[in-house]
Amino acid sequence: MKVAFELNGKAATATVEPRTTLADCLRDELGQTGTHLACEHGVCGACTVLVNGEAVRSCLALAVQADGERVTTVEGLSSDEALSPLQAAFRKHHALQCGFCTPGFITTAHALLTQEPDADEERIREVLSGNLCRCTGYMPIVEAVLEARGAYGHKDVER
Amino acid sequence: MKPPAFAYESPATLEEAVGLLARSGNAKVISGGQSLMPMLAFRLASPDLLVDLKRLKGLNDIVVGNDGVALGAKVRWCDIERDKRLQTAHPLLAEAVRHVAHYQIRNRGTVGGSLAHADPAAEMPGIAVACDAKLTIVGPKGQRIESAVDFFKGALMTSLAADEILTEVKLPAWSAARRWAFLEFARRRGDFAMAGVALHYVASGGKIEDMHIGAIGVGDTPLRLREVEAALNGRQLDDAAIENAAATARRTVHPQSDIHAPAEYRRALLATLLARALRHSAA
Repeated sequence: MKVAFELNGKAATATVEPRTTLADCLRDELGQTGTHLACEHGVCGACTVLVNGEAVRSCLALAVQADGERVTTVEGLSSDEALSPLQAAFRKHHALQCGFCTPGFITTAHALLTQEPDADEERIREVLSGNLCRCTGYMPIVEAVLEARGAYGHKDVER
Repeated sequence: MKPPAFAYESPATLEEAVGLLARSGNAKVISGGQSLMPMLAFRLASPDLLVDLKRLKGLNDIVVGNDGVALGAKVRWCDIERDKRLQTAHPLLAEAVRHVAHYQIRNRGTVGGSLAHADPAAEMPGIAVACDAKLTIVGPKGQRIESAVDFFKGALMTSLAADEILTEVKLPAWSAARRWAFLEFARRRGDFAMAGVALHYVASGGKIEDMHIGAIGVGDTPLRLREVEAALNGRQLDDAAIENAAATARRTVHPQSDIHAPAEYRRALLATLLARALRHSAA
């Protein structure tokens, strides 16, 4: 089947089997390998992308279901010129070690802070509970997301 | 694993969708896919056809009326979270939905999908049973209404025929005077509960009336704890009543042992959660 959707601001089309997940379509058909796949059954959060601005697990969506939608991957959240606020905060706080889970954390945190720039630590922890990281122990990730809030319009950044 | 091969249709009307299901005989309905996609990935489901409800209109509404709260089958967990009316129109539902899975899943997972999937540890089936919800089901012969208690037949089994689609769940009117509590326990945030309890009642002249108790994770389906309800109705909510309720719950449920917890642990957990829920509700 042919699918057409907006990918990182540009029109994208692919021909896929109905059973192809959005994650596999992004990686294998459209070359967006920043979206990482680990568990492939909706547990780890590594494959999180944005569909119409909302964070979703791309292993739990079919590519054909994305037809006509607006999809943003981690590639769409970065530029070649400078680090994004989340990237800069992740680097500053050492919020990654091996980096495998990082695209899922960046996309999830971006969706959260766009919708809720005033999210407190408890809310951030609650939202990030859907993403697994086996390196960091999460504390530096939470610190990075807390700091990045400033760039999303948070009223009162403490640090 | 990757899902098995299937065909895919995205019909524009409910009639068309029902027709596709009837013609296939081995089709599955998909909307958010947050229960079905893992089933496909594990190859626990191998449908010939997926019928996507994506283009169907009118299944996305949350209607708050004098006669209760109606949720369209495609209402997502995040829609419920964001609907401020439900904090008063149905606080028990609002609280239970906070426990459903994770952020990303709540952006896609639907009320109808959770009910049709019928995981005995899931929150929405537990709320439906605890609240005497009525489900609207559409098939080739038209529409039928079924009570939640009759809908769930076993683990992942419901009364839905192969050519039927669940379109709406209706929770009876909630009064501000009702006392309520929802508690569940899972090892990790967002996991399926090892046990959970949803209860609501009226406290009249210091006595309990109209007690409703639903339990999840302790049977093949979400359960109503009728014997516990009967033991509490007409009584004062004191320590003796709570202890008796917890003991009755422990005696009357028969969960299976599995890799997550032995049966005796689940029984003890339910008793503890029930006692806590009763105390929380009174406070």
